[in-house]
Amino acid sequence: MTVAALFFYMFSAGIIGSAFMVISARNPVHAVLFLILAFFNGAGIFLLLGAEFLAMILVIVYVGAVAVLFLFVVMMLDVDFAELKQGVLQYLPIGALIGLLLFIELVMVLGGWVISPEVVRVVETPMVEGMENTEAIGRLLYTKYVYLFQTAGMILLVAMIGAIVLTLHHKPGVRRQNIADQVARDPKTAVELRDVKPGQGV
Amino acid sequence: MTETLPNLVPAIPEIILGCGAMLLLMLGAFRTKDISEGIYSLCVLLLLVAGAVVLFIPGGTQVTFDGGFVFDEFARFMKILTMGASALAIIMSRSYFRAEKFSRFEYPILIVLATAGMMLMISAGNMMSLYMGLELQSLALYVVAAIQRDSTRATEAGLKYFVLGALASGMLLYGISLIYGFTGSMEFTEIAHAATNDHGNIGLVFGLVFLLAGLAFKVSAVPFHMWTPDVYEGAPTPVTAFFAAAPKIAAMAIFIRTMITAFPTIANDWQQIIVFISIASMVLGAFAAIGQRNIKRLMAYSSIGHMGFALVGLAAGSQAGVRGVIIYLAIYVAMTVGTFVCILAMRRSDGMVEDIDDLAGLGKNNPMMGFLLAMLLFSLAGIPPLAGFFGKFYVFLAAIEAELYTLAIIGVLASVVGAFYYLRIIKIIYFDEPAERFVPMASELRVILGVAALFIILFIVYPSPLISAAGNAASSLF
Repeated sequence: MTVAALFFYMFSAGIIGSAFMVISARNPVHAVLFLILAFFNGAGIFLLLGAEFLAMILVIVYVGAVAVLFLFVVMMLDVDFAELKQGVLQYLPIGALIGLLLFIELVMVLGGWVISPEVVRVVETPMVEGMENTEAIGRLLYTKYVYLFQTAGMILLVAMIGAIVLTLHHKPGVRRQNIADQVARDPKTAVELRDVKPGQGV
Repeated sequence: MTETLPNLVPAIPEIILGCGAMLLLMLGAFRTKDISEGIYSLCVLLLLVAGAVVLFIPGGTQVTFDGGFVFDEFARFMKILTMGASALAIIMSRSYFRAEKFSRFEYPILIVLATAGMMLMISAGNMMSLYMGLELQSLALYVVAAIQRDSTRATEAGLKYFVLGALASGMLLYGISLIYGFTGSMEFTEIAHAATNDHGNIGLVFGLVFLLAGLAFKVSAVPFHMWTPDVYEGAPTPVTAFFAAAPKIAAMAIFIRTMITAFPTIANDWQQIIVFISIASMVLGAFAAIGQRNIKRLMAYSSIGHMGFALVGLAAGSQAGVRGVIIYLAIYVAMTVGTFVCILAMRRSDGMVEDIDDLAGLGKNNPMMGFLLAMLLFSLAGIPPLAGFFGKFYVFLAAIEAELYTLAIIGVLASVVGAFYYLRIIKIIYFDEPAERFVPMASELRVILGVAALFIILFIVYPSPLISAAGNAASSLF
């Protein structure tokens, strides 16, 4: 138990520390790398909770795809992030003050609160014996939550349509490769034989 | 584990819209010829078919997908209203985009997908399906706002809407997570049950405030209205017409459903918040519209004000109040669509005009359009014999029955102030020196304008069908 607590505090401190570094690092590439570190720490917390599937998905999807994409964008685009973020540290004290006030209010609100028995029931949903994490999620996702799953698919479809509509631009006069046309060419149309008279050119 | 198929019957209209939209997308993407005109018609047809199916779903409250989807009379009424508004928006867009030489077959498809999202919202039975429907709708709306991407104003409108909308979604999610944490459930009915058992549930109210902030953003109620004038002004006019009607109905419907079914036991807590945002919206809508010169901006403030009036009914929290909101929304849609038809017809030979002064002398240049627009504006202002008056009448009646006298008095005063700017437009139409004529209105716009005007007049002599339907819809929630 103490080892688990130790690891929990380690991962939590890791997340908070690297999240702070994400907004304060001068070099945008470093910021993205700290973001990846934050994701790894989050995955660690999931592992402590026994949710190994979510932990792996977090690493694969967020670190493997999203953060690397960020990295590409940061490296490809010539955006002066230092200038964009100039205000952040300058406004940090007042932001921190407001955050602290809100936090104190939240603690005061939540501190005077007895957690209802229903919540405990939800938290203690038992792990199904002899069932892998992945299988348990799959069984729920494709049965009880199939409606939400399908709706999420529709949302992604809309996002895809949106991205294409807003960025794809057909410019007239751009020559595109058409493999069928290329293959269908035959020597008759491709090669023209001319009888060139001496001293006259084509 | 039982693995039976969930009851799909209540969700057939949504399935039709989703599958139909994907089919049309394929059609548009793989046909080499430009068939966007045909897709416009097919999208309208799709909405009509889904609307007809909604009419024929057997009555009574049906719950499916483990409580995620509720179909009742309220959902039926709101869905038909939403689909009608969306179909009209597509029809209205056609002549505009044709004149602008802008053909994008994705535009009507995105409207259909947004409508599907609105219907999921209207039928949401738990917090998760609420959020999913909301995102499906919003994401499509962000894209539609920026669809004319060569126009800087439209792009700015889309971006602004997207950033602020994402912030509102974040607040909504935070609220939902707090509510889940303090009640232990996502289902509206279970939340209502848990809220009864606990007293002094500050944490729950905390979550409720965030949830309300997110929902208020979607209906553009003060203090979350900032995006509305900029987006309405920047987006292409038919898109603005769409924004002003269908999404407002859906957002108001989910607003009502969440408050009435999930939090009936802590009504005192949310009522005072609704009273505040309602008063703020009515007052800001009335005063801020006075200085506007652009008619689309003016309509934005007008819609903020109207949402404030509609919220008066919800603040009452009674069945009569909900019935009032439903009637108000139905009348509001007819008035807004009619007014936007007139705005879409403000086209001269050198392009669209959007200033209020461009309407000068419309009463002489085009007596029919001038008369109908004046009537619609009278109705929006709530001048007695017209439908707009009855909309306000029912919500204020409910507020007085619920003993919210201050709210009702402020509302009536705000509507008097609001009448000023509508009357100013009418004065410009009839008593100012005629400006250059507009080009003749497209035929489909004439038909829509005629139908909207007919609705507003017919409601005076024959109001009972709408009122009884709204009464049925409201009673299914209680």
